[in-house]
Amino acid sequence: MSAVTRDPEAAVAARPGRRGPSGERTVAIGSHTVLVVWSLIVLLPFAWTVVSSFKTNQEIFASPFSLPREWRFQNYVDAWETAGIGSYFFNSVIVVACALVLTMLMGAMSAYVLARFDFRGRTVLRYLIVAGLTFPVFLAVVPLFFILQQLGVLNSLPGLILSYAAYAYPFTVFFLLSFFEQLPGEIAEAASIDGASEWRTFFQVMLPMAGPGMAAVAILNFVGLWNQFLLPVVLNSDRSNYVLTQGLAAFASQAGYDVNFGALFAGAVMTVVPVLVVYLVFQRRLQGAVSAGGLK
Amino acid sequence: MSALPGAPDRTAVRGGPRPPAARRKRWTFDRVSLVVVFLGVPLALYLVFVLYPFTQAAWYSLTSWSGFTATQEFIGLENYRRLLSDGLFLKAVGNSLSLLVVVPAVTLVLSFALACLLTFGGSSTGAVRGLAGSSFYRVVSFFPYVVPAIVVGIIFGRVYDPSAGLFNGVLTGVGLDRFRDFAWLGEPSTAMWAVIVVIVWAFVGFYMVLFVASIRAIPAEIFEAARIDGAGRFRTAVFIAAPGIAGSLRTAYVYLGIFALDAFVFLAAMNPDGGPGNSTLVITQQIFSTAFTQGRFGLACAMGVVLALLTFVFTGLVLGIGQALARRDAKGARA
Repeated sequence: MSAVTRDPEAAVAARPGRRGPSGERTVAIGSHTVLVVWSLIVLLPFAWTVVSSFKTNQEIFASPFSLPREWRFQNYVDAWETAGIGSYFFNSVIVVACALVLTMLMGAMSAYVLARFDFRGRTVLRYLIVAGLTFPVFLAVVPLFFILQQLGVLNSLPGLILSYAAYAYPFTVFFLLSFFEQLPGEIAEAASIDGASEWRTFFQVMLPMAGPGMAAVAILNFVGLWNQFLLPVVLNSDRSNYVLTQGLAAFASQAGYDVNFGALFAGAVMTVVPVLVVYLVFQRRLQGAVSAGGLK
Repeated sequence: MSALPGAPDRTAVRGGPRPPAARRKRWTFDRVSLVVVFLGVPLALYLVFVLYPFTQAAWYSLTSWSGFTATQEFIGLENYRRLLSDGLFLKAVGNSLSLLVVVPAVTLVLSFALACLLTFGGSSTGAVRGLAGSSFYRVVSFFPYVVPAIVVGIIFGRVYDPSAGLFNGVLTGVGLDRFRDFAWLGEPSTAMWAVIVVIVWAFVGFYMVLFVASIRAIPAEIFEAARIDGAGRFRTAVFIAAPGIAGSLRTAYVYLGIFALDAFVFLAAMNPDGGPGNSTLVITQQIFSTAFTQGRFGLACAMGVVLALLTFVFTGLVLGIGQALARRDAKGARA
């Protein structure tokens, strides 16, 4: 950000009571109107989902827009227990947590070496890693299926974790490269003069210093991994190992018309809640990460 | 410059400034072991799970493999010849291309317009400035991006429900009675548009946030000067903001294009069987069913190669045209 770019909110706050000519105000009102309409378009489907998640099937079909006669928490119990959303939820937590730690560790190690060590072949390796970002995953899914089969990890959570981590790796490395490049070299110098080994320097000095960058990438990765759909559907067809997105899709597409729609809406709400919490807690940082990427 | 994490930006790939200390350092065991382990272990996983499957797919596409034989029989370009005469696949390619044309264009225009409203749509006495409460709009708009796409698809499958859906309810509510019980996803003429609306809805907020950041990085004096010269807001958007964030726009276009060619998740949720008259069938759905329901893995890999080629051609065109434009602008500026 350049120093002259003003933060608009601050600018507004700093000039209380200043009003432009009426034409200018009209423009502002017009802008607000458009943005309010857009916000409604975004929020309405979610609000409708939450309200519907407390209704019976009859209510959903008879009066799609009224509030439920009684708020049926039973739908959530049904979704969690009968539809198996509960066990899918824990599978998701396990897979995403393990894959996140693995991909962050590997990505940080590789990015550190590629950013701060000079050796032949460094550029080639960088290109190889970036290549993984541009290929469509759909080209790889068929061979990947058989590779996991040969390794004996098809339809298992470890196989899924390794695949998740491997496909998040190029993005992680790419994003962290610039963070490690910007770290001052003097501190690493000082550490090595004090007798720290390269290993210690990385884990006790450099990695903590790259903290903000690591946090930003970790949040982006969490969202990406939690929302994964293609990899589990292809590599994880054992129902007891389903992750949340996959389980919800299976529940939605159950043959016939005996789908309990109230429970389906409840399942959708429960799938969204974890990302919603992470998003609201870290939204500044997440938007900052996106913006930082935009200003490279 | 690169507008998104992960954009293949050449300067970033080549490596930034090299620490002068690095060249003076001797390669001790300590250093060598760190480099070997830190690169070796992750790269091994990356090679086995990511790069190797890509190369294997190219090979499988030249075989008639069904997954059950120990050896794959080489049949040359037979699979590709078969795809050229496969009406269903060609239909899927056509549908994917229409998504490629429409989705990025609409998403970019909408998100850019909203970003302009946020950054200089406010009243402008004194400094050019944005709207009060712009952070609220940003938080709300960005939210669909973090919701799992499959959930977005499932929710909209219900929103479009002919009799019990939100969409027809709103339309009949404002007096458009002819949409009572209208099946948006079930009519060949509207199914694809209904899908496009959902994909755009899911992505606009993300790119809006990105563009807001890029526009704010343009020096404020340029906006001031434009306003003093009497440029209205529309002209400011087209002639100042758009060129000022050309890099971001280009990268966003590439990403949206790559995604539009995929689109698997949304369609798996809304029209898993290709929609009415296969009007919403896309390449990725064809790859999935050819491989995992019909077991024709060689043919599915050939489809994957076609998808990859389309992706590369599109990316190459966008980046190539972008660079040509940038060069022309640079010449114009010097003239």
